[in-house]
Amino acid sequence: MKTTGITVRNFSHYYGQHQSLKNLNLDVYRNEILGIIGPAKSGKSTFLTCLNRLNDLIPGSRVEGKILIDNQDIYQPDVDVVALRRKLGLVFATPVPLPTTIYENVVYGVRLLGKNNHQELDDIVEDSLEKAGLWNEVKDRLKTSALKLSGGQQQRLCLARVLALKPEYIMLDEPTSGLDPISTMKIEDSLRILKNDFTIILVTNNTKQAARIADRTAFFLMGELIEIDETAIIFTRPSDERTEAYLQGKFG
Amino acid sequence: MTKIERNERLIRLCLLVVAFSAISVLAVITIFIFEQGTPIMFKYGFKNFLLGQDWYPSEKSFGLFPMIVGSLMVTLGALIIGVPLGLASAIFLTEFSNRRLARILKPFIELLAGIPSVVYGFIGLMFLIPFIRENLGGPGLSVLASSIILGVMILPTVTSIAIDSIRAVPDSFREGSIALGATKWQTVKMVILPAARSGIVAGVVLGMGRAIGETMAVIMVAGNAAAIPDSILAPVRTLTSNIALEMAYASGEHRQALFATGVILFVIIMILNTIANLTSARQKKR
Repeated sequence: MKTTGITVRNFSHYYGQHQSLKNLNLDVYRNEILGIIGPAKSGKSTFLTCLNRLNDLIPGSRVEGKILIDNQDIYQPDVDVVALRRKLGLVFATPVPLPTTIYENVVYGVRLLGKNNHQELDDIVEDSLEKAGLWNEVKDRLKTSALKLSGGQQQRLCLARVLALKPEYIMLDEPTSGLDPISTMKIEDSLRILKNDFTIILVTNNTKQAARIADRTAFFLMGELIEIDETAIIFTRPSDERTEAYLQGKFG
Repeated sequence: MTKIERNERLIRLCLLVVAFSAISVLAVITIFIFEQGTPIMFKYGFKNFLLGQDWYPSEKSFGLFPMIVGSLMVTLGALIIGVPLGLASAIFLTEFSNRRLARILKPFIELLAGIPSVVYGFIGLMFLIPFIRENLGGPGLSVLASSIILGVMILPTVTSIAIDSIRAVPDSFREGSIALGATKWQTVKMVILPAARSGIVAGVVLGMGRAIGETMAVIMVAGNAAAIPDSILAPVRTLTSNIALEMAYASGEHRQALFATGVILFVIIMILNTIANLTSARQKKR
């Protein structure tokens, strides 16, 4: 039986005058991978930043409607935004390790909580890097600069640093857009395993990636949710002709 | 050779001459100072110049130690006052204020650099000196007064370079940190400042150069006694003041000793500039 984690109702988002998300209605189930596909500027990334309220940082950002995460309305004034962001980890399109060591990158968020016990931090580092599929490659050089890692490794490091916070949801914004096929495969493998413990929202430019690993797929276009369904259905018999056109590569 | 090519060559030649004459001025100054200042240092010994406690030029006693200590003390004092203030304003203007306020305030801070130093000295003399004399004791003319005045004078340097280097930190660092549940201040402390560190250090070193080289404002508020100050309320004389105060009437070996003061100042500033260049070069490499 599926339990609902995130409920989005009549949700719109504006940058100043521009409406970037139009009246979205959708649910995200626990322990699924929800793929979000759509052409550039269709609001996919904006949607993610609305979920962890990173959009608060952007001047002129405004929302209407409701997002419930575990039955909590996240746009109520009494919401602890910091706790919310820990609960919904976000991995960005471009991996940006902080300019410090691999080890410090992973424990960054944990240290902010005031944890400083060495043994505990060591365990978190090993566990998170293991889950992100990076441990074997870096275990001997944890104290070297994270900036020396390859692009694919940096992206897995960014995943590990999110995992270290023990979030409940992991959001990935085109995590493999700049990566080679092998790095991409490694990240996809990690996500398939992580699904057992986390709920994953994967924004991707690559429709085949959604077809490979998403349980359900949502198609966004110009800030609208065109349709959301089981991945197999979206890719074989979508109910909207725009979805079909996009998947066939007629635009995008 | 076409006309255009000939013009190009001519322009290149002109620029070359201009560029070299600018550099040659520096060379001339360097050679002149060293040529005038080093012979007397050899004659009386480096050690006596650097570590001698007594400055009595008429009795051939040229100890510059009190002035070296004085310069370092007021410079350090200026940094203690100027750097936290400058850094705090830079952090506020870049990370915590809205863009419009920063656009209004930044030019004002930079305007501080345009005020002539004699005006700083005058204001120090009129307000700061009596205030220190009445509330803290001593003559008022002191290390403390010089440090405060210099601290304000280096603010624009420290602040504007810190602002530039904080702005140069990519936004993705901020987003990455905030998305991991950091607050704004935690992000500043743990990500922004470390990432901007070498730029900030370069700004501090440039501010330090300004503080150690400042003359007029310091002469007006320092008291200028050529002795090692025993407290921050005691008067102090810096290397630059030493030259400016006595050059008008000095002659012979006294005059050469003032050039020797210049040599020491020159070397100290060269060291500071080298540090600044090295730190900014390291930043570029990263």
